[in-house]
Amino acid sequence: MDDFAQFKITYFAECAELLGDVEIQLSSLSSGSDDPEILHAIFRAVHSIKAGAGAFKFTALAEFSHEYEALLDRMRDGRIAVTNEGIDLLFRASDILSAMIEAAEHEQELSSDFGKQILEEISSTVHGEDPEKTENNSTASSDAQDSPSPDDSNADPESPSDTTTKTYSISFAPKSELFKHANEPLLLVREMKGLGTLKAIPNLDNLPFIAKMDAEEAYISWEFLLETNASLEDVEEVFEFVTEDCTLNISVLENDPNKPAPADNLAENAPDETQSTATKTTEKPNSPQPANSPPAASKVTSIRVDLDRIDRLVNMVGELVITQSMLSQQTNELPSDQFPNMSRGLEELALHTRELQESVMAIRMQPVKSVFSRMPRLVRELSLKLNKKVKLVTIGENTEVDKTVIEEISDPITHMIRNSLDHGLETAEERLAAGKSEEGSVTLSAEHRGGRIVITISDDGRGINRQAVLKRARDRGLIAENATPPDDEIDNMIFAPGFSTAETVTDVSGRGVGMDVVRRNIQALGGRVSIHSAPGKGSRFTMTLPLTLAVMDGMIVEVGLSKYVIPIPNIVESFRPPRDALKKLPTGQDLVRIRGEYIPLCPLSSIFKIENATQDPAKALVVLVESEEFGTIGIVVDQLIGQQQVVIKSLESNYKPVSGISAATILGNGKVAPILDIEALYSLSQKMIKNGSYDQEGLIERSSETLSPLEMDETSILPSDAAPLQTSPIG
Amino acid sequence: MEAAQNEQMQAQMINRPVDGDITGENSQERVGTQQFVTFAIGSEEYAVDIMQVREIQAWTEVTILPNQPSYMRGVLNLRGIIVPIFDLRSRFNQGKTNATNIHVVVIIAVGDRIIGILVDRVSDILTVDSSEIRPVPDIDDREEGEHIIGLVTAEERMVALLDTASLFKSEIIEQTVETAEDLSA
Repeated sequence: MDDFAQFKITYFAECAELLGDVEIQLSSLSSGSDDPEILHAIFRAVHSIKAGAGAFKFTALAEFSHEYEALLDRMRDGRIAVTNEGIDLLFRASDILSAMIEAAEHEQELSSDFGKQILEEISSTVHGEDPEKTENNSTASSDAQDSPSPDDSNADPESPSDTTTKTYSISFAPKSELFKHANEPLLLVREMKGLGTLKAIPNLDNLPFIAKMDAEEAYISWEFLLETNASLEDVEEVFEFVTEDCTLNISVLENDPNKPAPADNLAENAPDETQSTATKTTEKPNSPQPANSPPAASKVTSIRVDLDRIDRLVNMVGELVITQSMLSQQTNELPSDQFPNMSRGLEELALHTRELQESVMAIRMQPVKSVFSRMPRLVRELSLKLNKKVKLVTIGENTEVDKTVIEEISDPITHMIRNSLDHGLETAEERLAAGKSEEGSVTLSAEHRGGRIVITISDDGRGINRQAVLKRARDRGLIAENATPPDDEIDNMIFAPGFSTAETVTDVSGRGVGMDVVRRNIQALGGRVSIHSAPGKGSRFTMTLPLTLAVMDGMIVEVGLSKYVIPIPNIVESFRPPRDALKKLPTGQDLVRIRGEYIPLCPLSSIFKIENATQDPAKALVVLVESEEFGTIGIVVDQLIGQQQVVIKSLESNYKPVSGISAATILGNGKVAPILDIEALYSLSQKMIKNGSYDQEGLIERSSETLSPLEMDETSILPSDAAPLQTSPIG
Repeated sequence: MEAAQNEQMQAQMINRPVDGDITGENSQERVGTQQFVTFAIGSEEYAVDIMQVREIQAWTEVTILPNQPSYMRGVLNLRGIIVPIFDLRSRFNQGKTNATNIHVVVIIAVGDRIIGILVDRVSDILTVDSSEIRPVPDIDDREEGEHIIGLVTAEERMVALLDTASLFKSEIIEQTVETAEDLSA
């Protein structure tokens, strides 16, 4: 059993991909496309699932996919019209299919009547047209075969009428290799005999004089007439292992056992529709199920690799980058003129490491398609539930991002689409009344911009109801009673914690979690999200995320004895502020004036309570950083150490999240350095100012009592925390 | 939730065969013995299940995180993964360890988390029968009593078995649950 485990894993991975394909194809089918290739593609996917299910003996799955396949087969050759009901049935059937696959994967037992209703629906649809077909079987089947394009018809190993008896004409001429590969024609004959009534006509024409006979040569060929109710596939399976070592030609003869076509007639029969569809020569060696696998001869252009292996590779390259930066740091201290070759070598090493890292990261890049493809389904289901007409347009689904990002964007996108459908789009009546087309549209797009991926979700709905938002914000005490913030600010209030404007909480988007969780999760990834809305015209969510969560360009700064990393993309400039440019608001907020603008300052030493830091901002450095939420902010540090590509390491895999810190990295000396989260840092400093715990001198005067409001989570502070902060030297 | 898992894990560990001799019959007889790594803070001895211990290393300077709890020393780079280091003495409210390079960090696994605990020294590996593990007397209502799952005696010394999951629960477990809820929501 264990021997199969690995194959099963591969099978389930394939199933997931295939189901994804099915989903995509079904969606384009439901959006009205009549490309015949769509049904073929779905058929192929289901067929592949069936084949594997059979091999691994997932009986229920195999049976279900068989029926599903039968339905698809009839749809694609036009015997069953592709109606909306039909598409719906296909959708529901693919649900059952995926549930069954999941059950098989986790070795769960499904109740025996699971999916039975759908199955019955399918069979009634399939067999609804059956009587008609069996009545004038020969014409029906040959008519039916007219519709598929000739090259696709070859991909249909299953003859439509499985249950009726057919006569196969099989011409079989073994080559000598067949014997060399330890195969035996007699066994094949016996196997065929097991399928039905077999008539064998040997052709001895090539038999040489006995003295000239080579015992290892193949001289005899056969013509078989096999009368059976087995499918063409089953017959082909007999020859599965010898296809390469023989000349094989299997064709279906007219379904009349009384008139077995003589073998010589084969050639004449060939042009016949039925024959040409079913005829398969082994001249181009094919696997028995040509529908799911490309011919073996085609070049392998991709391989399937375990994610674990890639992760390990990425980790190792990360370590290599750290070692490399350590080396170059060390050699910087050596006199460069004494070791010219070494420094040149190290420069090259740096280049190569960077290139290696980029290539390795590229392996993990995946198109966002895998996430986008789930959305049409969501929109479809939601629009039915909400009774709204919605069209989903996806743009840029081939945009690539690191798989770590892919995994994380699905939830926010789902949430925002739900939100657009539920709150943004109006019902058909409302839309018509507003002079819009009945069908609302939601556009999901992805693009690369400035080393980040930008995902936008826009709808042409009613836009944000600013009055309602404002009212809610006032009710919740989020803003002052008579304050009238600018429109944009109002719009973005929907990201405030505990905010939900839907008058009735629906089960679609009112789940107790609002957009605040979406924003928090996106920010946790180093991303930003914002909304722009035009009343009556629609709203647009814009989400930007780093392309990878694994590496980043960072500026290493020093405060006291501690080192921190500021993400380079955030940095605008750095300067030492002249004393007269430093101002202070009555609240305690420090400002710096530059080019006529007042910029709020975040002194790291006081926010993080770092000892031994430069106390005088005029002697420190201000690093101006751009934040999406708060505009430009000045971070006060002691000095800049240098720019470096850093490997992002999660703090949270072994510890809780730390506010103001997004992650950590490992510096050349092997020490950990926290990576600053600019927005969180600024929020933290604002909170400290509000709580009066902000301390301009950066001295530690207070114990955990003042600390607790800073922590995002009070739970993390245990009663035993009363001890003062540690005062050990920092390494 | 994870704490429960961990207990389960520990329960399973009790049943694992010890010593080199792992022939079927013998391991049947050995059911019930458990090995612990013992370490000391001053004169107090503590122990954790040997299966939890990943490695033991000398103290090196760590990176301080902003607003870390008082009993946390900082984070350490353990071959590419970032591991929080806690001061056990400080955790038990006995002041801060004045860590030098003869102090020791015991890297342990708690659930699927890796953490380090700073102790004065590692003393021994203890093999005890589970029947020798004594319950913690109820009279001790000091906070650390909650984090001890049992007591054993080794050559007249008392060794307290640490419940590492509850000891650093707030830093490593509760937060995880909360984050998980956020994501699933």
